[in-house]
Amino acid sequence: MKKKFKILIDGKELSVKHGQTILEVASNNGIYIPTLCNYVNLEPQASCRVCSVKVNGRPMTACTTTVRPKMEIENDTKEMNELRKIIIETMFITGNHFCPSCEKSGNCELQALAYRLKMDVPQFSYSFSNKDIDASNPKLMIDHNRCIKCKRCARGIKTDDGKDIFAFKNRGKKIMISIDNELAKNISDEKAQEAMDICPVGAILKKERGFIDPIGTRKYDNKPIGSDIEKLMEVRS
Amino acid sequence: MEKTVNNIITHHANDKKRLMDMLLNIQEQFNYIPDDAIDILVEKLDLPKVHILETISFYHFLTLKYTGKYTIYLNDSVSAYMNGRKEVAKAFEEEIGIKFNSVTNDGLIGLFDTSCIGMSDQEPSALINNKVFTNLSPEKVKEIVKNMKDGKDINNLMKANLGDGKNSHKLIHSMVNNNIHIKKAILSDDYIPGSALLKIIEQERMEVVNEIENAELRGRGGAGFPTDLKWKFTAKTPEGKRYIFCNADEGEPGTFKDRVILTEKPELIFEGMAICGYAIDSDEGILYLRHEYKYLKKYLENILDKMRKRNLLGKNILGQDGFNFDIRIQLGGGAYVCGEETALLESTEGNRGEPRYKPPFPAVKGYLDRPTVINNVETLCSVVKILNKGNYWFKKMGTEESRGTKLLSISGDCEKLGIYEVEWGITITEMLHMAGASNVQAVQIGGPSGNCISQDEFENQIRYSDLGTGGSIVIIGNKRDLLKDIVLNYTNFFIEESCGSCVPCRNLIVIYRNTLQKIINGKGVQADLDNMLEWEKVMKMNRCGLGQTSFHPIVTTLKNFPKLYESKILEDSDIISTFDINSAIKEYCNATGRKPNIEE
Ligand SMILES: Cc1cc2nc3c(=O)[nH]c(=O)nc-3n(C[C@H](O)[C@H](O)[C@H](O)COP(=O)(O)O)c2cc1C
Ligand code: SF4
Ligand code: SF4
Ligand code: FES
Repeated sequence: MKKKFKILIDGKELSVKHGQTILEVASNNGIYIPTLCNYVNLEPQASCRVCSVKVNGRPMTACTTTVRPKMEIENDTKEMNELRKIIIETMFITGNHFCPSCEKSGNCELQALAYRLKMDVPQFSYSFSNKDIDASNPKLMIDHNRCIKCKRCARGIKTDDGKDIFAFKNRGKKIMISIDNELAKNISDEKAQEAMDICPVGAILKKERGFIDPIGTRKYDNKPIGSDIEKLMEVRS
Repeated sequence: MEKTVNNIITHHANDKKRLMDMLLNIQEQFNYIPDDAIDILVEKLDLPKVHILETISFYHFLTLKYTGKYTIYLNDSVSAYMNGRKEVAKAFEEEIGIKFNSVTNDGLIGLFDTSCIGMSDQEPSALINNKVFTNLSPEKVKEIVKNMKDGKDINNLMKANLGDGKNSHKLIHSMVNNNIHIKKAILSDDYIPGSALLKIIEQERMEVVNEIENAELRGRGGAGFPTDLKWKFTAKTPEGKRYIFCNADEGEPGTFKDRVILTEKPELIFEGMAICGYAIDSDEGILYLRHEYKYLKKYLENILDKMRKRNLLGKNILGQDGFNFDIRIQLGGGAYVCGEETALLESTEGNRGEPRYKPPFPAVKGYLDRPTVINNVETLCSVVKILNKGNYWFKKMGTEESRGTKLLSISGDCEKLGIYEVEWGITITEMLHMAGASNVQAVQIGGPSGNCISQDEFENQIRYSDLGTGGSIVIIGNKRDLLKDIVLNYTNFFIEESCGSCVPCRNLIVIYRNTLQKIINGKGVQADLDNMLEWEKVMKMNRCGLGQTSFHPIVTTLKNFPKLYESKILEDSDIISTFDINSAIKEYCNATGRKPNIEE
């Protein structure tokens, strides 16, 4: 067995093992670190930067950084949460995130994070252009106006024989998700549902599923994002 | 077409990791990448179509649309504008009769912008079918366009002398000039190819690394990481395949020193790679050459051939049993970010040039997941010189923590633009004097990702612990509008070149630019200045050096030229300055079908 050592997250001492990421040890110990591009069992993409924590004074992403002895980590601090909020705000102004009309409202991680970080209205001016809604696929609808380019779809959804269906196109601010509609039209219903679930926002929707869960009963309608992790802590203490 | 594409694929042994080369070859053949060609690649390489499109759409010089029989890429860097780029661009548009980013209806000429092409000492310049045209003027543009319309060969578009030095070599045959003003350790004429190799094969591997350690050599690509440490980390990995990369992507606007080394001292670079191969036990090197320097590729390959013939490369080098090392050249596709070492590896593997997160570092997990050393052109040249002449000789030059020499690429408002190989530690004042610059407002040290300094810092020295630099120096005279002519251009450069993965790098830098534009327009308020300093913390959360520095043009000028910004903002104003009443009224009127009655 690997030797255990101690690290500090917001002053709390944790006993950890080599090889685990900061995010993993935090979650196991009931400490919530906000994430967005990360998803269970997928290689990290490390692109949203929302999970950034300060490790001995330097910003590092919790989803990729493995723990080492003598780490002192700042996570739930006023400063870090303010910086994360700025990141979230820039996503709100670069896409059309009109929550009241969105099928994903209540199940959306972006929206939930905005609530949790107490964003009221973005401090920046809106600056998104009108993008396509691709409904050509029999099972899926892709609304590029809502995509936050986390690539969770590309990492997680493949055809049954392992072919990529999603990828990026372009670079910089023109970056967008592209979909191979030839391959996507033959995916199973389960796979289509998986694609919708893996998308943190309402950019991938399974057709005829959008409003099946009534508003009010959805994941983040009654409790903030991260509370499932934090409950762990309550149970233990 | 099918046959051509198939030939290209078999030429690269059906190896999907050579996708970049295949795409570049296809682009060269057809001046775009036809959809049918992509389908063939999908089938032959068993790659997902979305993956191939992801790669193509990332690179500036790979296109899905036809770019014209003659494809013009006119540089739009600061140095180009300083030398009349605006008039040249206008002349191109008028003579051809199209706007930028389009192709004539008959498909004859395509006209496009491009980021710095490494010719800052001979701007405005352009790439036309991968050939470099320098020192352009509206008159020359007329001549070029007329010749295109007459269907002339690319080599006969413009009357010009061949450039100095090896630029006139038949395999380069270019009007590019080296403009070397000072030669020292690296550019000096006393180098005999193979001399350092001959020496080191008598030594143990670790002796070689120790010599580099004792010389205290630090990376010349910008970050200044100790070269011996990098080598040691790689050498320590479990036995097996290891790679050595030479980073010749040189994309930082204003730098062109690697281009000059590639032209004049290519053997020095390749020998440095072979030495590294010996030291860390690797048999394969790859030189990643930026697409803009494609005109040097044949020449460089010829040099490699010559070195193989002399057994300076290949099997059992110089008769040393088991010392095998060879080098190939990987061409880039036009993306500044690919100079970042892990993006460079991704690109070489045939992917979009998106930097990886670190750790793991390339020393442990690099090209094709194998341990990899990546060094700048100039670093590898220094290695050879150190081994040739000893670490004492090297350490006598420069300062305590910055040993040896540095090649500076100097451009902008001065009389003698070009390459200066100097010892570390020279002051800005000395440098300006050398270059024949007067009435200087600011100096951009280390390119846009570096630092824009004012006269207050002109007595400071160029060295790692003071004003560090990869070598780009742009001198900005008093007449320039610093914010509009320089800072805005640099910020737009980063917007164009971001890989787009990290949210702050993709989004916040655009907000920075818009805020700067607002300040330039006289609509800024104090809160904007405060915010721009605060956002710095968010930018530092980006994954790679591009996003971690893309705010530097704005923030370093804000810090070093505060009065410039303060003089432009609205005084005592606490209005929500992002709210523009005129556009709000217009939008409202549009929506309701009324006519706006506002002052413009
Ligand atoms: C956006 C970006 C662009 C870069 N471009 C270059 C480049 O063109 N050439 C280079 O040598 N290093 C470049 N670097 C630095 C490399 O990542 C790396 O540090 C360097 O090649 C290491 O070589 P050295 O230790 O010999 O300096 C760049 C870094 C970043 C973040
Ligand atoms: S479609 Fe959804 S999962 Fe895919 S990149 Fe966009 S936001 Fe992420
Ligand atoms: S910082 Fe910018 S260029 Fe670097 S990885 Fe992130 S998005 Fe790409
Ligand atoms: S969750 Fe770690 S960077 Fe997005």
